[in-house]
Amino acid sequence: MSVEAITIILVLITFAVYTGIGWWSRVRDTSNFYVAGQGVPTVANGAAIAADWMSAASFISMAGLVAFLGYDGTIYLMGWTGGYVLLALLLAPYLRKFGKFTVPDFIGDRFYSSTARSVAAIATIFISLTYISGQMRGVGIVFSRYLQVDIIIGVLIGMAIVGFFALLGGMKGVTWTQAIQYFVIIIAFLIPAFAISFQLTGNPIPQLALTTSDIVDRLGQIQVELGMTEYMAPFTDLSMLNVLMMTLALMAGTAGLPHVIVRFYTVKSVRAARWSAVWAIVFIGLLYVTAPAVGAFAKYNLIDTIADKPIEEVQDIDWVNKWETTGLLQLDDANGDGIVNFTGDDQNEVMIDGDIIVLSTPEVANLAPFIIALVAAGGLAAALSTASGLLITMTSAVSHDIYYRIFNKKASEAQRLRVGRITLFVALLIAAYVGINPPGFAGEVVALAFGLGAASLFPVILLGIFDKRMNKEGAVAGIITGLSFTLITIGLILSETIFGTDGPIIESFFGVNAQGVGVIGMLLNFVVSFIVSRVTPAPPADIQQLIESVRAPEIDEEGR
Amino acid sequence: MEKTLDQKQRWYWKKNIQLIISLLIVWAIVGFGGAVIFAEPLYNIRFFEVSFSFWVAHQGAIIVFILLILIYALRMDRLDRLYKKMMKEQEASD
Repeated sequence: MSVEAITIILVLITFAVYTGIGWWSRVRDTSNFYVAGQGVPTVANGAAIAADWMSAASFISMAGLVAFLGYDGTIYLMGWTGGYVLLALLLAPYLRKFGKFTVPDFIGDRFYSSTARSVAAIATIFISLTYISGQMRGVGIVFSRYLQVDIIIGVLIGMAIVGFFALLGGMKGVTWTQAIQYFVIIIAFLIPAFAISFQLTGNPIPQLALTTSDIVDRLGQIQVELGMTEYMAPFTDLSMLNVLMMTLALMAGTAGLPHVIVRFYTVKSVRAARWSAVWAIVFIGLLYVTAPAVGAFAKYNLIDTIADKPIEEVQDIDWVNKWETTGLLQLDDANGDGIVNFTGDDQNEVMIDGDIIVLSTPEVANLAPFIIALVAAGGLAAALSTASGLLITMTSAVSHDIYYRIFNKKASEAQRLRVGRITLFVALLIAAYVGINPPGFAGEVVALAFGLGAASLFPVILLGIFDKRMNKEGAVAGIITGLSFTLITIGLILSETIFGTDGPIIESFFGVNAQGVGVIGMLLNFVVSFIVSRVTPAPPADIQQLIESVRAPEIDEEGR
Repeated sequence: MEKTLDQKQRWYWKKNIQLIISLLIVWAIVGFGGAVIFAEPLYNIRFFEVSFSFWVAHQGAIIVFILLILIYALRMDRLDRLYKKMMKEQEASD
């Protein structure tokens, strides 16, 4: 059987399992639709959070980004896991104690303001939409390469599956499906990692082989010989300031991701929220400590396979051939010497998209077709699990926060559920459209999503919990300052791709690039909201009571 | 020592804040100190076959982050137990 046939069969089996779970856990009332009735065990919730959190970016792109950035790839490795520390310590337990449905719920109630609620809901929708476009690109890549179908059909199949069980099962269905998807993701990531590690180093444990073998050292030497940067040396691709700022922006942005925060509403107690966080970081960490090994080993293998080889020989390799047809790998014998020049200068004849590093690893390492199929299924699971979480989050922001809490306070449960399902359907169509026609500046859009999250949602939730004196005026002024500063600065730096100007209007904000300015926006948010709140009236007594109750220890039903 | 409910809650909150701050100090020293600010000096120290700062940036920091969240959950469980014990003693003495 061909790799493609095995892939189709495996993908169909996993899709059937996901759909079956969606059917099994179907729900009929709104609270289950949004938060799974708070009846999901801690370990399952932890696995679901991990699957929700680890998107196509973590599974498909990250090891590739690390492979090409070398040391500086730490911005993603530390940014995404370090942000989780902020979430687990500073936000999750208190939001669980608060115990409503959504992130805008907390911001709207805590700052007793419909304006704050709407701004939070709009930020939620915007962040989720930009994030979902990345997932759809992942789905498109996997389908176009492994199922040899048109990207359009691939995206439509993916959206139909996500929509089907999200509509049917709501958050509860999504939670159980995501828990299963985590195991597909992690197995698909680890097996090729074990194999490539064993092949290259003789040590089957990639996490240890990274430090105990000399591959990273040799990779560094080869890269220097080829005129690329030293793999292990810091700040060769990004300045120290930018590594610092981008890591911080990714951390604060991740901690403020509404679709992840909302997962902590689905547990039965504050204690369960803390332990869900522990399970989730253990599950996430397993992939994140493996990714740098996969990145380094795959890069080494790739250079070893194609650099300075005759171009005809290289193009005869099956995986090279197939990736070339997707356009994500391009070989061009520019100087006509018949040899592939893979270098860091203008003699380079290899154009390689980082997104194919993980997906092509099993093929580069000559692993069995079943493993190649498994990796494809893993990439799809990562993209689809995140997409479904994002869809539910967007849906609740519209139907719960905007429709029910602002426009129609008397809406019945059936009405809200109907609005929720209509929203989900519309969001699905938008996501499918974005997946089929991805914006030309997808990377910039994602930077924007994290920057805006860091400058808006994260500081305002943090101050809502830890600063009792913070009031409506301070919070609204802070969000508006943080959002507009970040939006304008990113727009100015990326004006070339976004507005089509002849060059960037400003190169950077005092040396900080577009992916890092969210941190400045966040600092401005903190400063402005602090000052404004101190010169305006204190929040009313019932709000101060609310903060006390969010902070108070929980005497839970377990009697512990 | 007799404490009112309000005082007990304030004590609980203060303990919680102290714990969070000390864990976040470790978070910052490892993440921003070891992997960014002191990356260059630590680059010259070997850790098995790689440089120490490279290892911290690519794996070490993540392992520390996992431990921080685990320690937080364990310490908060203990704090919850202490708080409940105080509440029970209070009831018993009433």
